[in-house]
Amino acid sequence: MARREPSTAGEAAAGAAPRAARLGEALNRLARRLPLHVSVIGLAAIWSIPTIALLVSSFRDPGLVVTSGWWNAVKDPFEFTFGNYETVLERQGMARSFVNSLIITVPSTMLVILVAAMAAYAFAWMKFPFRNALFLVVVGLLVVPLQMTLIPVLQLYVNLNDWFGFLGNDMPLLGGRLFGTNSYAGIWAAHTAFGLPFAVYLLRNFFGGLPRDLFESAYLDGASDLRVFFRIVLPLSMPAIAALAIFQFLWVWNDLLIALILLGDPDRAPMTLTITNLVSSFGTAYQLLTAAAFISMALPLLVFFALQRYFVQGILAGAVKG
Amino acid sequence: MIGRRWFVPWLWLAPALVLLGIFLVYPTVDTIRRSFQDEKSHGFVGLDNYRFIVDNPQPLVSDTHVALLNNLMWLTVFTAITVALGLIIAVLTARVRYEAVAKSAIFIPMAISFVAAAVIWKFMYEFNSDIGTVNAVVTSAGGDATRWLQDTGAPQTPITDAGPDTLPNPIQVNNFALVFVGVWMWTGFAVVVLSAGLKGISTEILEAARVDGANEWQIFWRIIIPNLSPTIVVVATTLVIQALKKFDLVWVMTAGRFETDVVATLFFKEFFLRGDFGVGAALAVVLLLWVVPVMVISIRRFQFQEETR
Repeated sequence: MARREPSTAGEAAAGAAPRAARLGEALNRLARRLPLHVSVIGLAAIWSIPTIALLVSSFRDPGLVVTSGWWNAVKDPFEFTFGNYETVLERQGMARSFVNSLIITVPSTMLVILVAAMAAYAFAWMKFPFRNALFLVVVGLLVVPLQMTLIPVLQLYVNLNDWFGFLGNDMPLLGGRLFGTNSYAGIWAAHTAFGLPFAVYLLRNFFGGLPRDLFESAYLDGASDLRVFFRIVLPLSMPAIAALAIFQFLWVWNDLLIALILLGDPDRAPMTLTITNLVSSFGTAYQLLTAAAFISMALPLLVFFALQRYFVQGILAGAVKG
Repeated sequence: MIGRRWFVPWLWLAPALVLLGIFLVYPTVDTIRRSFQDEKSHGFVGLDNYRFIVDNPQPLVSDTHVALLNNLMWLTVFTAITVALGLIIAVLTARVRYEAVAKSAIFIPMAISFVAAAVIWKFMYEFNSDIGTVNAVVTSAGGDATRWLQDTGAPQTPITDAGPDTLPNPIQVNNFALVFVGVWMWTGFAVVVLSAGLKGISTEILEAARVDGANEWQIFWRIIIPNLSPTIVVVATTLVIQALKKFDLVWVMTAGRFETDVVATLFFKEFFLRGDFGVGAALAVVLLLWVVPVMVISIRRFQFQEETR
């Protein structure tokens, strides 16, 4: 015991100097990295402030929103309300628009995945004349400005209404026409078509990267194309399909232009259209506009946070690999 | 299935090809036809509609020069700022431990619709500095509140018979205010793609440079930028296409008033508000012509990758 004491004392004395040095170094390192932290946190803050302002304002009293800045919300009178949400949901028809947005978005997303996956399977694993040229044309269509397609499509839909008007058709359950203008089917078809170039491109690249042996042995075993497609290709491609689904979902959910042209009926209007109308009728009633905007953002943000990994993968598959 | 019958691939392609034909190919061809016809798409008028765009005879109703210059401005300023910011943020966030959180914060605006973004930014740009965040910051720093979305930044000039007596001014305050909203929404995209590219640069090269005494600045310019240039091209081409097709943002925030029109909004006005199909279609074709070089570059890159994979 007696022999050990000096050694522990010695250890303590020897440990003090490096610890001080280590602390000094850590402080030094922190000081050197301070500008880095300040700029990263600063940029992240600047990027978040607009969204935070929106969220805070949507819960404030109508009288306060137009007289004092949202940054005062934490100070005097500390009160928040759900009143703005009640107003937009009930009186401004946002509840109905939310349902409409879902009715428009979900089938459009599923359709684009199915149609694009079929085409991508053919492009990736079948041989036929003009295969590469045709694929390049499909990819090239990515850049066609959508606005340019709307008049011909609108005219086609109006003609459809005329030709099949005698059917007096009603869509069961959903209301409205079966196809043509102001019909859900019409907007599903349009969104599916406009989503196809990106979808075919993304899936073709992913399918093309699946191991060749897998296909050859399946074909040798006498598996049909349908079987290979549903049992091998689709299950193995779930990451790419998830990425595509998120993109198409956000894209359709956030679309204004196509809904504006093809779906004028307020009863079937998605949220983007309803909010645009709110903006023109309630110019500066920010408590209502912010509440409406936040309702429309809630689902995309949820999807984004839940599936961020796939979202990023999708961007990279579309941009970097492609 | 090696011995497929010849029509089998076409059956798999049919739904996609039919939809693309109806909704993209036929409308493109139809629009090109209309651009050579009169305002109701009846008789052919040769290049009259294109002459209208070049000569700009009605600057008060539809100022084609302003729209073209603004598109050029979006194309250059929006793309340059977004790529530069994306690069800076990608490099900076790679050095902190809370990289994922910081990147999400910058990425969130990508999930928001242009309509919601327009609501957010009208509120941010509100003139009243008691409620408008940007003006509150400006006035508390001692500046004057600005009407960010209305201020064209040009001195008021007398209006002659031929329209305002000045050249259109693309360097205008409200255009920059709009471009910044675009930057806010798209920087996340640039950051995600560029930081993935950044992770692909081998750490050995970076370490070797550090051992050789290169400072961070030299590493950025001599190693990161050259190694990342293919990725930068990808990001830039995507952003260029975005900039050229820019519609929703301008439409919801200013509807093209106060000289903020771009080709897409002017085209929309000609087609749907003034009912002049000829000029509208010609504007759309101009837009398409601007995009073609970008498309050719992308296809070349794709073909190259196919050969090398």
